[in-house]
Amino acid sequence: MSNFRLCPDTGLFFDKNAESLMKVHAVAAAVSLLVAGLLALGVALTRWPAVHLLPASQFYMFLTAHGIDALLFWVIFFEIAILYFASSTLLRCRLAAPRWAWLGFALMVIGAVTTNTAVFQGNSSVMMTSYVPMQAAPHFYLGLILFAVGALIGCFVFFGTLVIAKDEHTYEGSIPLVTFGAMTAAIIAVFTIASGAIILVPTFLWSIGYISHIDPEMYRIIWWAMGHSSQQINVAAHVSVWYLVAGLVFGARPMSEKVSRFAFLLYIFFLQLASAHHILVDPGVSSEWKIFNTSYAMYLAVLASMIHGLTVPGSMEVAQRAKGYTRGIFEWLRKAPWDNPVFSSTFISIIIFGFIGGITGVVMGTEQINLIIHNTIYVPAHFHATVAVGTTLTFMGLTFFLIPVLFRRKMILPTLAKWQPYLFGGGMTILILFMMGAGTMGVARRSADMTFAGAALTYDYPGMAYTMMGISGIGAVIAVIGGGAYLLITVGSIVFGKKLEPSAGLLQSFGVPLSSDNYMAEPEILPMAAPVEEHGSAGFEAPGTFVLAMLLLVSFVVYYFINWKYLASVWPLS
Amino acid sequence: MTTYLPPAQRIWWNEPVGRQEIVWIAIALTWCLILFFMMPYWHVFGKQNLSNEAYKTTPAQYGPKVQAMIDKYTVRTETDQQIPVVAPPAGSDVYMLARLWQWWPILELEKDKTYRLHLSSMDWQHGFSLQPVNINMEVIPGYEMVLNITPDVAGTYGVVCNEYCGIGHSTMLGRIYVKE
Repeated sequence: MSNFRLCPDTGLFFDKNAESLMKVHAVAAAVSLLVAGLLALGVALTRWPAVHLLPASQFYMFLTAHGIDALLFWVIFFEIAILYFASSTLLRCRLAAPRWAWLGFALMVIGAVTTNTAVFQGNSSVMMTSYVPMQAAPHFYLGLILFAVGALIGCFVFFGTLVIAKDEHTYEGSIPLVTFGAMTAAIIAVFTIASGAIILVPTFLWSIGYISHIDPEMYRIIWWAMGHSSQQINVAAHVSVWYLVAGLVFGARPMSEKVSRFAFLLYIFFLQLASAHHILVDPGVSSEWKIFNTSYAMYLAVLASMIHGLTVPGSMEVAQRAKGYTRGIFEWLRKAPWDNPVFSSTFISIIIFGFIGGITGVVMGTEQINLIIHNTIYVPAHFHATVAVGTTLTFMGLTFFLIPVLFRRKMILPTLAKWQPYLFGGGMTILILFMMGAGTMGVARRSADMTFAGAALTYDYPGMAYTMMGISGIGAVIAVIGGGAYLLITVGSIVFGKKLEPSAGLLQSFGVPLSSDNYMAEPEILPMAAPVEEHGSAGFEAPGTFVLAMLLLVSFVVYYFINWKYLASVWPLS
Repeated sequence: MTTYLPPAQRIWWNEPVGRQEIVWIAIALTWCLILFFMMPYWHVFGKQNLSNEAYKTTPAQYGPKVQAMIDKYTVRTETDQQIPVVAPPAGSDVYMLARLWQWWPILELEKDKTYRLHLSSMDWQHGFSLQPVNINMEVIPGYEMVLNITPDVAGTYGVVCNEYCGIGHSTMLGRIYVKE
């Protein structure tokens, strides 16, 4: 076992190769986030009408790079680290094919640098979507292809590690729920990357003149099989991390292994042609195709997220109640460790992802409602709720856990860390809500100037739209400060943080209180049934979570029908 | 056991599911079915649906059709670019084309009359975003989309491009007039 390090605080085993790979992936992710965040500032300050910082050419360049660095490079680098953690570390198993894993990492880095170079050279401001026939430099596509190949290798290293763990009997019974969720993410990633290859390889060949024509509508459909599915990788990955945090911070066990795993399975079966959501107002695609593929007749992927929305906080509540926080409906939540950034970032993420990201996603993914939302700034509002708060904030929270555990450093600036999730989550929430408002007033996304300066004709958005874009700009600045705090704390801790002795206690190293019984090698089995009988609000194990879930449902129903009402007021179309 | 360790019960798939989860799944599934049902429902009873009528085309085919309408029904020109304002008869086929960075021509329609609006792009992808009613559609080169529109409020409408189309994207602004 000389290749393994036992973390004295958590009882987690780290394979030497997996440990090094997780570290470099996390660092590459942080660098991507730094670039993405700086670009975000430029984008946001340009869309803030009173500031209007950048000229159009730079704005579009910044926006292209921001999308790619944030949506692809930051999250996928981090997700490969999560895959290695969920396989090698949680299954106490050596990592499969470490040399391949390093090759994968090298390809991802080369790809990320290549595509960024192409964008900053200035001839590839084609946005992340790079819709044909607008053409980027060939190495823009080549970089993305290399990055995808590297990520694919990472997925197969993950699968290989699962096989080794099973062969070598490193665990008893079934893989843990967190690993199951990560496996879901990896399976979706394979589909995603295959779709990406199908469209990006021909597009690359087209950019060097080898193929003469790519049909723009076909491009959109297949590109989004990658573009949307890649966001489903994020969902599967960050929901897995939510479960992980519930286990780490509360010692929680899943309310039901069967239900949670079934919900992950639904993601695999029912997300895949989510590209339909982006095609709802396109020509040449029938309503039948759109309606079926946006919903599969019963929205089972939405159902899956609604299930996780109950079972993740529900497992936390059950664990809290077992510890004696049983008063009323919400004592378990009030007494949760709100100054522990690992928990607070996760909980903020759950709330914003569910209440805003989830609801807006379904609303605008409805065939007819898409007519009044498509390509307005409401759309980036939606995916900042899902990706910037849902995924990114979750990953940020996990990083705070990884600094002492993986990097063996004492975290610097613990007070700032306490506030970081509120800064980033709060800033993002302001940004999201006001961009939603501006989008409802028709403000276009991906536009350098909402005043249409230089156009032959004129159109004025309502004054309120300007105000809303201004306030969302303030939210963006707060979020960038929160993101900067995250990078300062993580990079600062890794570089300057005190090295932890192998025996140092986690409570001390973390600097902020975690609940005490979470870091044993073998967490106790929490008695689920006992507290339920005593405080059984209708015999439910987690009544507080159920109240939150019903609140979500009511918000969902009300907001959904408000949008139908709004749709009914626009010009009749047929 | 916790979420990150193997399930406590080896045969976890036989463990009973709590009542709370069953109730929630039932509620959520019902809601999901309603979400689906609303889309076909609106096709039957709603007034805002896309026609599904679209044709393959090329700029060389589409451009002359637009020009023919302009030649026949132009009532005046506007701005120093001499953008034609075209007022075709109610119920007829009206054409608008998107190109870098222009919506061409300006249309003048009558309130509460239905027109067959044709949209296509001469070059890159564009987004037809009618403001302030906020009706948004994709305009794709090679495809001619046709839909029946019935403007029901008089006024001056902006046609914003909301699909990114290069450096001049934010200057791509067209207009539709709706007269009483």
